[in-house]
Amino acid sequence: MPLIAAAAAGLVGLAIVFAFLVAPEDADQGISQRIFYFHVPIALTAYACFGWGAWKALRLLWTREERYDLESYVAVHQGTIFGALTLATGSIWAKASWGKWWVWDSNQLVLFLVLFLFYSAYFMLRFSIEEGPRRANASAVYALFGVALIPVSFFAIRLAEDFIHPTTFTRDGPQMTGTMFLAFCVSWLAMSVLAYALYRVELLGKRLDANLRELREALT
Amino acid sequence: MSQSDYVVAAYAIVFVTLLVYVAIIAAKLARLERETAALAELARARRDTHG
Repeated sequence: MPLIAAAAAGLVGLAIVFAFLVAPEDADQGISQRIFYFHVPIALTAYACFGWGAWKALRLLWTREERYDLESYVAVHQGTIFGALTLATGSIWAKASWGKWWVWDSNQLVLFLVLFLFYSAYFMLRFSIEEGPRRANASAVYALFGVALIPVSFFAIRLAEDFIHPTTFTRDGPQMTGTMFLAFCVSWLAMSVLAYALYRVELLGKRLDANLRELREALT
Repeated sequence: MSQSDYVVAAYAIVFVTLLVYVAIIAAKLARLERETAALAELARARRDTHG
C-alpha cells in the first residue's frame, strides 16, 4: 500500500513536470491547452472506475460473494469523484477556450453530465435501502446499467460529428506532437495509479470499519 | 482572468479535492483507531472480570 501511494505521488509530480516543462505550448489554444493533461486522463480514469464498479457488480451477481458489493461501491465512489473533477476542469477549460462555462450543444459534455448524475443517484438508491443482500443486489444491478452509458458518452463526439468539443484521438492516431502525447500518457498513468491507491485506501478503511462493527456487536 | 489563471484554477481544484479526500480518510482512520482502542479496553476488562 505505501508503495502504491508513493508511486502515485511520484507519478503525479512527474505528470506536472511533463505538462508544464516538457510538453510544448499549443499553437492554437496557448497555455490553456495544458488543462488537457489533467482533464482527459481524469475523465478516462472516471470511465475506468465506473467500468471497474460494474465488473465488481457483475461478480457479485454471479458469485454472490459479499465482498464484491463493497468493492463495487468504492469503485463507483471513486468514479464519481473523478467525474466531478472532469466536469470542473472541463468547465474551466471551456471558459478559457470558448468563453463559456458550459455548452449545452455539445453531446460529449451533456452525455458525461448524464453519466455523472446517473452514478450520483446510485448513492441515493444505495442508502435508501437497509444494509443486506437486497441493497447489494439493487446497487449491483444499477451499477451494471450505468456501464452502458460509458461507450455512449465516450463515442458520442464521433457519432454526432460534434465540432464544439475537440477530438484529439482519431483513426489516424493522436492529433498532437510526440512530446505532447508522452506528457498525456504520463498523466494518464499518474491518474490511474492515483485512483488505484485511493481505491485501496478507501476499501481498507471500509473493511476495517465493518470488521470493527462486527467485533463491537460481539463484545457488547 | 487570464489564460494562465484558468490553468492554475483547473490544477488547483484537483489538488484541493485530493487534499479534502485525504483529510476525510485521515479523520476516518483516527475514528477507527479510537474505536479499536475502546474495544481493546473492553476486551481487557472482560478478561480481568472472567479471571
